Amino acid sequence: MTRGAIRAWYLVHKWTSLVCTAFLLMLCLTGLPLIFHHEIDILSGDPAALAETGIASSGTDARLQSLDAMLAKALAARPGEVPVFMAFDNDRPQMTITTAPAPDSPAEAMTIQLWDRLTGEPTGQVDEDGVMHFILQLHTDMFLGLPGMLFLGLMGLLFVAAIVSGVVLYAPFMRRLAFGTLRTSRSPRLKWFDYHNLLGIVAAAWMLVVGLTGIINALATPIMQLWQQTELAEMTRTYAGQGAVPPSRYGSLDRAMAEARQAPPGNNPQYIAFPGGAFSSKHHYAVFFQGDTPLTERLLTPALVDAETGAFTDARPMPWYTQALSLSQPLHFGDYGGLPLKILWALLTLFTIVVLGSGLYLWLGKRHAPLDARVREVESGGQLVPAE
Amino acid sequence: MKRPPQRPRMIFAAPLAIGLLSLVGLVGALTGDGVRDALSWATLAVPVAVVGWALRVRRS
Repeated sequence: MTRGAIRAWYLVHKWTSLVCTAFLLMLCLTGLPLIFHHEIDILSGDPAALAETGIASSGTDARLQSLDAMLAKALAARPGEVPVFMAFDNDRPQMTITTAPAPDSPAEAMTIQLWDRLTGEPTGQVDEDGVMHFILQLHTDMFLGLPGMLFLGLMGLLFVAAIVSGVVLYAPFMRRLAFGTLRTSRSPRLKWFDYHNLLGIVAAAWMLVVGLTGIINALATPIMQLWQQTELAEMTRTYAGQGAVPPSRYGSLDRAMAEARQAPPGNNPQYIAFPGGAFSSKHHYAVFFQGDTPLTERLLTPALVDAETGAFTDARPMPWYTQALSLSQPLHFGDYGGLPLKILWALLTLFTIVVLGSGLYLWLGKRHAPLDARVREVESGGQLVPAE
Repeated sequence: MKRPPQRPRMIFAAPLAIGLLSLVGLVGALTGDGVRDALSWATLAVPVAVVGWALRVRRS
């Protein structure tokens, strides 16, 4: 690699890192507890997180209460509100029913109730004021809504550019060094240079996956809007000229579910999106079915049923961009391979924190040195330390 | 003790192997449970184990 090329990659690495480091440190620190969200919920005594087995609320067991009865109870608990989501579980009788003042209310205005579909009893309300919820909001959008999400997506893009340029610079730095070299006793600067390189290169693939899937998750809102405006509009074209169905005219959910179940036979519904929200049309119950293998479980197929008449309208698999979003969630959260995977996720997050911190330290130490001297330091594997 | 310069393929041999193993584990666990989860534990433990090895063997 020529010195000019090293210099260019050095500048890319320096600037992309500098802009995103503070935000990435925040994302790593808030991400650490979020990895163990489920375990923390159990320890803090959330009863819904404890129950692990039983009759699936997504199933058709005769002992389960009807959907209409469950919805009526949830609406009675929130007078004046309308239903927006109903979500099911494949292992437990628990279900959630989300209500809001209006079908298109923003997420902050929604209330999520937990119900047991076997007993018909409420099992609590999702805590929107707890510490974990605060951490999740900070991690997702820094309490700034969509602009905050998109901004963090942009920081993710800079992080990916910093990883790529860092991997490129690894080559000239390591030219005369053995893999794994850690010169810890010569100078603090050389020690942190070696840690930065080793931790960065071994965790690079994981950091790229978590970074790229984080960017896709940050685009969740525009991705769902695109689906609603193209695919969903296409599926419900015959309804295009009609006004929205008012909640008072919503028909039976159980009849709609029976109708929807015939579209992908045998599959479990994950959730129902009610008319007028971000996940359905203004006239339909959208029942999102999971696939029947572990991989396709995350790739949903919506079945649309006329909310007023209960007539089946259409069902088709989600397009590639929403499926990319569905697959990005586990790959970003690390919650799909049991506790050992979560622990490794946390360790690799700690590696990332050390890479970010040491990078900042290395830049702070010699930021006044001429660019040529800093490029020579990279080229020499850290041997030629720039004079002040 | 100046070493002769290495070719890029030598420099990136170990990192590439570690990266590919990570990707196999990350995607593998997504396609099923049980053995595939255990595969992800093994492959993603490699970066952590390599740092432990470097701390013991390559520290100077």
